[in-house]
Amino acid sequence: MALEEYKGVYIYAQQVDNEISSIAFELIGKGKELAADLNTDVTAVLLGYQVAGLVDQLAEYGADKVIVVDDPELETYRTEPYAHALASVIKEYKPEIMLVGATAIGRDLGPTVSARVHTGLTADCTMLEIGDFPLTVPEGKEDTQKHNQLLMTRPAFGGNTIATIACPDNRPQMATVRPGVMQKIAPVKGAKAEVINYNPGFTKNNKYVEIQEVVKAVGTVENIMDAKILVSGGRGVGSAENFQMLKDLAEVLGGMVSCSRAVVENGWLAQDYQVGQTGKTVRPNVYFAIGISGAIQHVAGMEESDIIIAINKDADAPIFDVADYGIVGDLKKIVPALTEALKAELA
Amino acid sequence: MKIVVCIKQVPDTKGGVKFNPDGTLDRAAMLAIMNPDDKAGLEAALRIKDETGAEVTVLTMGLPKADDVLREALAMGADNAILVTDRVLGGADTWATSTTIAGALRNLDYDLIITGRQAIDGDTAQVGPQIAEHLGIPVISYAEDIKVEGDSVIVKRQYEDRYHMLKAKMPCLITALSELNTPRYMTPGGIFDAYEKEVTVWGRADLKDVDDSDLGLKGSPTKIAKASDKVRKGAGEKVTLDASESVSYIMDKLKEKHVI
Repeated sequence: MALEEYKGVYIYAQQVDNEISSIAFELIGKGKELAADLNTDVTAVLLGYQVAGLVDQLAEYGADKVIVVDDPELETYRTEPYAHALASVIKEYKPEIMLVGATAIGRDLGPTVSARVHTGLTADCTMLEIGDFPLTVPEGKEDTQKHNQLLMTRPAFGGNTIATIACPDNRPQMATVRPGVMQKIAPVKGAKAEVINYNPGFTKNNKYVEIQEVVKAVGTVENIMDAKILVSGGRGVGSAENFQMLKDLAEVLGGMVSCSRAVVENGWLAQDYQVGQTGKTVRPNVYFAIGISGAIQHVAGMEESDIIIAINKDADAPIFDVADYGIVGDLKKIVPALTEALKAELA
Repeated sequence: MKIVVCIKQVPDTKGGVKFNPDGTLDRAAMLAIMNPDDKAGLEAALRIKDETGAEVTVLTMGLPKADDVLREALAMGADNAILVTDRVLGGADTWATSTTIAGALRNLDYDLIITGRQAIDGDTAQVGPQIAEHLGIPVISYAEDIKVEGDSVIVKRQYEDRYHMLKAKMPCLITALSELNTPRYMTPGGIFDAYEKEVTVWGRADLKDVDDSDLGLKGSPTKIAKASDKVRKGAGEKVTLDASESVSYIMDKLKEKHVI
């Protein structure tokens, strides 16, 4: 593998039902930073059927180039035609970095493609930067250190440890990236990208599975990952009825309600609202942790929030170790009073 | 019908996380368990066995002590167990791990391979799809339900906001979610039998169509630059106040930070 032939930062622009997923814009945002360090540009790879209309949106969020593979076989996500398309793009255009969202699609597509093009893949990254590998070398061994490598940082062991990983001898350097962690740029209206249409040809084989039915979930319109303010409750809230207090507070602040795993297990809220290792990663401006003890798995999903306000009656709850402002007190008294005070203030 | 279930022995990170006095993870003090997604995959295979009389083989790659999870699988009702273990396989990343397991699977007849979606120590979800790719068979990830129908499987494939019903011709590989089912317990008779049964042990020499350069640490494209215990954001202020004082305190902070 002639590593120097591989150039440019590529991101997989996930679309579902011809709508670009937020993760695609987040990857472009991060990709621009990496591309600036490498003195190169960002290419979005858009796979689908009749998706040409989505190109400008990718440009507005910062893509310099868009490679479009448009084919009826790509109408709905299936591992094989998508893996064939992305692997073919990689073989044809030779990117040095290929970023994919760590979504239910990306965590299937990424590993399949990495195995096909024989390169490494680092899963669920929360930090990406350009640096040296190894990080340090003994004096006199400077020539064994590789520069301009993608350093990929990810949590492991249920969020208890973090590891930084490199892929020094294979290309592209591939990573899947957790949704909600990287920042998208403010879109630039009217921005245009260079568009490259490419089709590797699709021949059905044993790996093509048949889609018998697509069933979309109903009733989950709001996404906690989009909220600027989250009022999050845990086991300490006590009951499904008591969540009304949190909903009232969220409403007056224009925010949304979310929760810990215990709440989902008790059936007080649906899993769509769960924050944490097995739920969603959120980074709102303000995160209220109300009656949440702060298990490590929960903290992993919210610690990047700008301001964390915790209310808990247990002064020793681990949530206070990550909170900017911690109040030891009775949530059932504080939350309704806070809602009233905010109503008066904002009236 | 022949089913191979790939399982992994992992430290139990849920609830039972233990730390050394210096703050590092105390792995020795943590229980070693069968990875939950893998156990659901095994249960799914055993249910197919209950219905159709399929033969279920469990396979793991790991240290010799991974024999424990194979015995547990036998006690739950698996028919055969294979341990792939060799010093040259150590330090493998997902690429080298999937290459190794694919090399072992090439020795077996299978209609269906089931793996867990991901293991709770690494959380990568990569090894299943990569095994399928190395073997050239279709993969269906994130399975919530599995049904066998003639020479095909019908799988409910989970996504964030929907599911797909997919039909694949066997042989194929499925990665199982722990939501798939509630795994059965070992039976007393099963436990007794499990320790009588032979576990097949394979080493490097038993892997088919695999190059030495693709195995272990040396064969891993990804390399660890740095590993550390998570450095957490420091604690901020903590106050103990009555309800009305608490409200004033929060209101002041929200104003100070221009939230309101």
